[in-house]
Amino acid sequence: MAGTIDEAQVRKVAKLARLELTDEEVKRFSRDLAAILEYIQKLNELNTDGVEPLAHCLPITNVLRDDIVRPSLGAEATLANAPDRYEDYFKVPSIFDDNSGA
Amino acid sequence: MNDLEYQVVVGLEIHVHLATRTKMFCSCELAYGQAPNSRVCPVCLGMPGVLPIMNRQAVEFAILTAMALNCRVSPYTKWDRKSYYYPDLPKNYQISQYDLPIGQDGFIEIPIEQGRTKRIRIRRAHLEEDAGKNTHTFGDFSAIDLNRAGSPLLEIVTEPDLSSPAEVRALAQELQRIVRYLGVSEADMQKGHMRFEPNINLHVTRNGQVFKTPITEVKNLNSFRSIERSVAYEIERQLDEFIETGKTLQMGNKKTFGWDDESQCTVLQREKEEAHDYRYFPEPDLVPVEVSTEWMESIRSRLCELPLMREKRYIQQYRMSEYDAGVLTADRATAELFESAVQAGGEAKRVCNLLTQSGLKMSNDRGCTMAELGISPDKLARLAKMADNGQISATSAVLIFETMTQSTDEPEQIAAERNLIQKSDAGEIEVLVDQVIADHPQAVADWREGGKKSAKSRGFLMGQVIQKSKGQANPKMVSEILDRKK
Amino acid sequence: MLELTARQLRDRIVRRDICSVEAVEAVFAQIDKSEPTVGAYLTLDRTGAMEAARRVDEKIAAGNSVGALAGVPMAIKDNLCRQGAATTCGSKILANFHSPYDAHVVERLHAADAVILGKTNLDEFAMGSSTENSGLKRTVNPWDPTRVPGGSSGGSAAAVAARMCYAALGSDTGGSIRQPASFCGVVGLKPTYGRVSRYGLVAYGSSLDQIGPLTRDVADSALILQVIAGHDLRDSTSVSEEIAPIPDYSAHLDDPLKGLRIAFVPHLNEGADPQVLAAFQNAVELYRSLGANIVEVRMPHLDYAIACYYVIATAEASSNLSRYDGVHYGHRSKKADEFAQVYNLSRAEGFGAEVKRRIMLGTYALSSGYYDAYYLKALKVRNLIRQDFSRVFEQADCILMPVAPSTAFGLGEKTADPLQMYLADIYTIAVNLAGIPGISVPCGFDDHGLPIGLQILSGPFTEDKLLRVARMFEKTANLPQRVPAVLG
Ligand SMILES: [Mg+2]
Ligand SMILES: [Zn+2]
Repeated sequence: MAGTIDEAQVRKVAKLARLELTDEEVKRFSRDLAAILEYIQKLNELNTDGVEPLAHCLPITNVLRDDIVRPSLGAEATLANAPDRYEDYFKVPSIFDDNSGA
Repeated sequence: MNDLEYQVVVGLEIHVHLATRTKMFCSCELAYGQAPNSRVCPVCLGMPGVLPIMNRQAVEFAILTAMALNCRVSPYTKWDRKSYYYPDLPKNYQISQYDLPIGQDGFIEIPIEQGRTKRIRIRRAHLEEDAGKNTHTFGDFSAIDLNRAGSPLLEIVTEPDLSSPAEVRALAQELQRIVRYLGVSEADMQKGHMRFEPNINLHVTRNGQVFKTPITEVKNLNSFRSIERSVAYEIERQLDEFIETGKTLQMGNKKTFGWDDESQCTVLQREKEEAHDYRYFPEPDLVPVEVSTEWMESIRSRLCELPLMREKRYIQQYRMSEYDAGVLTADRATAELFESAVQAGGEAKRVCNLLTQSGLKMSNDRGCTMAELGISPDKLARLAKMADNGQISATSAVLIFETMTQSTDEPEQIAAERNLIQKSDAGEIEVLVDQVIADHPQAVADWREGGKKSAKSRGFLMGQVIQKSKGQANPKMVSEILDRKK
Repeated sequence: MLELTARQLRDRIVRRDICSVEAVEAVFAQIDKSEPTVGAYLTLDRTGAMEAARRVDEKIAAGNSVGALAGVPMAIKDNLCRQGAATTCGSKILANFHSPYDAHVVERLHAADAVILGKTNLDEFAMGSSTENSGLKRTVNPWDPTRVPGGSSGGSAAAVAARMCYAALGSDTGGSIRQPASFCGVVGLKPTYGRVSRYGLVAYGSSLDQIGPLTRDVADSALILQVIAGHDLRDSTSVSEEIAPIPDYSAHLDDPLKGLRIAFVPHLNEGADPQVLAAFQNAVELYRSLGANIVEVRMPHLDYAIACYYVIATAEASSNLSRYDGVHYGHRSKKADEFAQVYNLSRAEGFGAEVKRRIMLGTYALSSGYYDAYYLKALKVRNLIRQDFSRVFEQADCILMPVAPSTAFGLGEKTADPLQMYLADIYTIAVNLAGIPGISVPCGFDDHGLPIGLQILSGPFTEDKLLRVARMFEKTANLPQRVPAVLG
C-alpha cells in the first residue's frame, strides 16, 4: 500500500474529481490526506486472506420492476433548476474542444 | 502497391438498444424523436436523492440474447459504477457491469463467402444504461437532451476474430438479424439502435518477422456501410503508417478515431489513450441479480431457431436458392409466415415464389416486413394451392396476393369477383380448340408438319384459344387438348 | 405545551384539548425566541405549516380519522427532498436547488398528518460531526452556545432540544443521528439499513446511510419509526416486510424484558472522557440492577472501523457527489467560459473544504492502482467487523457503548485537524458498517451541565427490542430534570 501522497498525486486526483484547487489547497490536502492515509494503513495489520469483501449488509437479491411506463416530469420541471438553457435543452459552453469525456 | 504480407485483426464492440417500454432504471418511456427533455424524471436526471430500480424486461432480454450468442449466463451478476464526466451523463457515472457480466464466453456464426460460415467468439455481453445526447448545431454552445439517458443497452464485445471489412459487416448484420429474431431490439440503424466500435490492427510479416501495428478504435459507427468502410480505410492507413514509420503496438499507443462520412475517412480524436480511470466499484444502490435455474429455463423457452440455421435448413429442406432463403429468413415473422403457410398445405416453392417476388416488392414499397403485409398463413396457403392446381394463373395469383394485402376477402372470393378462375371444362375448351383449328389451316399444317415452324405455330394456336376464352382457359388443359389433335 | 412529547401532543390534538394551529404557533414563538441564537433551521415554512395544521384541525373537527402524527410540528434535515422546497444539504452547490419530488419519508409524514415546519442545518452533505461544515449556516448547542450541537444532524438535534419542534428526522451514515442526539440531550435512533427507504435522502455513503428520528423520548422514536419504516419499491435496498416484518414498536415498549443479556466491550472505552465513562458505568450498573445479565465481550475488529469507514464512505461519496457539476441543476460558476470550467470551477466554488477532502480521499481510494489496497481491503475488513457483531449477538441481546468519547466540544476546537475529528466517531461508525440499529438515549450530565448519551445496539431488524431496552433505562434512570441554557 502506498503510504503517502504527494502534491503531484493530489493534483492528479483533483483532476479526476474535477476540482480546481488553489496551490494553498493542494498543500493542505497533501498534508491532510497523507495523515489520513497513514492512519488507514492500520487496515494492513489485519490478515484478510480468504475474507469475502462485503459491499452490502442486505439479505436481498433480485429487486426488479415491471416494464410499465409512468409519467415523466415534463420539460419545464426537468429544466426548472437548470443553470442555463436553450429552448428545452440544457445549455453548456461548447464541449467540442474538451477532452474530458470518454 | 507493396509486397508486405499482413493479417487484419478486428474485434468489435456493439451497443444494442433493447426494445423495452421503459428505461433501464426508471419508468420513463423509451422514445425516439420526441420533444427534447420530455421523457425525463428525477431518476434519469440524476437528481439528488434518487435511486435506480432494475427493469425486469431488460434483464430478461439481456439473458435471452446472451443465450442466443451461446454465452455462459452468469447465475449471479451485480452492478458497478463506471465514472466519467460528460454532460449527457447526468450522474457522471454510468451504471454498468464490470466483473460479472450477464453473459461470457459465447460465439456467433457469421456467413462468409460461398455459403460457408465462420465462428466469432464473444468475450462478454453486459447490460448498462445509455447516455443522453449532445447537440452542437444551434450555435457556439452545446445543448443536452436527456430523453435517451438511461435507456437499456446491451454491450457485446467480440474477441479479435474478424479478419476483413466484409466479415465485420457480416457480423453486424447477423447480429441485427438475431436481436430482431429474438424480439429484444428493433435494431433500427437510423434510430441509432445499434452502434459499433471496431478495434483494428494488422499483423504484418516482414523478413519473416511479425509486427503488430498500434490498435485504433473507431467510435460510434451506426451504419453497416460505415463500419465496413472505416475498417477498410483503417487497414490502408495503418499499412501506410507502418511502412512510413515502422511503429508497432505498445502500451498506451492506442488511438481513437471518428468516421467522417462526407470525406469517407477516419479522423483522429485522441492521440494517446488518455489515462482513463473509470474507478469501477460495486453500485451500492442496487442489489445483485441471481438467475435461478427456473428463471433461466423460462427465458430459454423463448429462444428460437436463429436466422442463419434457419436459412441453411430452408436451402436443404426446400431446395431453395441461397437468395430466396435469405429473403425469407430476414425476419422472424416472415420466416414463420412462410413455414405456417407450408404447414397449412401450400407448396413450398409456390409460397416461396409468392413471397420473394410479390411479397418482397410490396413490403419494400411499404417499408414493412412481409409478415406485416397482413396475409394470414392460411390464406397464403390457399392461394398457393389455387395456383398450383390450375384454378388461377400465375399472373392472377400475383394480383390476388396484392388484393389480399388491402382487404380481408378470401382468395377464392377475390378470384371469383375478378373473373380470374380459369376454365377447366374439357368439353368447352375442346369446342374452342376445334374452332381455332378450323380457322387457321396454314398454322395447323406447319404445326403438324413438325418442321422449323412447328413450335412457333403451336404457340400461335395456343394463344388463339386463350384469346377466344378471354384469358380464362386453363393453359395446361388447352395444351393437352391441342396436343391430342395433332 | 412545549414540554409535551410528540405522542402526548398528538393525543391531545386528537382529543381536541389543543388544536394543531395552537401548537404550531407556540413552536414558532419559541423559534422566534431561540432560533437567532441556535441557528437550527435553514428554511422555515410558516405559511405551509399553518395551513397543514389548519387542515388537520378541520379533519378532526369533521370527525375524520387522522394519522399517527396528527398535527405534530416536526422538522426534517435538509438532505431530505421535499417537493417545491429548497433542498440544500447545507451546501452552496445546492443553495438554489428546489426538489421536484418528495422523499419517501416526507410522503410518510404527510400521510401521518404531521406538520412540517422547515428544514434543519447539517454538515455539508452530512459530512461531519459538528455541523460546522455547513456551507450555509452556523448551528450551536442549545445547552451551551459556545459549543457544537454535534453532527451531521446537528440542526435536527438542536431544534428538538430547544423545543423548536416536537421531533425531527435526521440521517445517520457514521453516527450522524446518535452523536448530535447525545450532544443535545435527546433520543436519536438509527434503524437497520434497509428498514427505512432512502428514496429522497440525498446520498452520502449509499451503503451506510439511513434515516431516523430525533425525539424527546424513546416512545416518540417508536412512534416515528412506525410511520417511516417499511418497504418502498423506489429503493432497491429497502427490505420488504416479508423478509423483515414490522412489529408494533409502541405496543410493548413498557413491558419488562426478562432474561436480558447485555454485552459491553471494555477495551473500547480506553480513550473516553472519565465523566462519559462514569455515566456509562452507571448505566451498565442500572441494567444489572434491573436483572440483566451483563457480559464482557471482545470485538477485535472495532479498532479498525474508522479506517474502514473513511475508505468506504468517501469512495461512495466521491461517486455520489460527482453529479453536482453545474450542468443540469445547482451552482454553476460565473467564471466558467469554457466547458471544462463548468465542472472544475463550479465544484471548486460550490463545495466546502471537508467535502472536497472526502471527495479527494474517495477518488484516490478508487483510482487505478489503489483500489485493491484501499477499497477492496476496506470491504473485507467490513466483513470482519460485521462478523464481530454477529458473534456478540449470538450471546447477547444488546451491546452498550458510549456514543462519543466526550460531550459537546467547543466551536472551532477540532476543525484544524480532520483526523482528530474522524477519530471521535469511534463508537458510532461500526454500527453503520454492520448495518445494525442503534439508539442514543440521555444518560447523565458532565460537570459543565452538558448531556451525555448512552448507546445501545442490537441485531438487524430488532428495533422493537432496542426500543424496549432503551425505554427500560429511560424509565428507571431518574436523570435530573434540566433544560437547555437557551430555554432558561
Ligand atoms: Mg459500454
Ligand atoms: Zn426517468
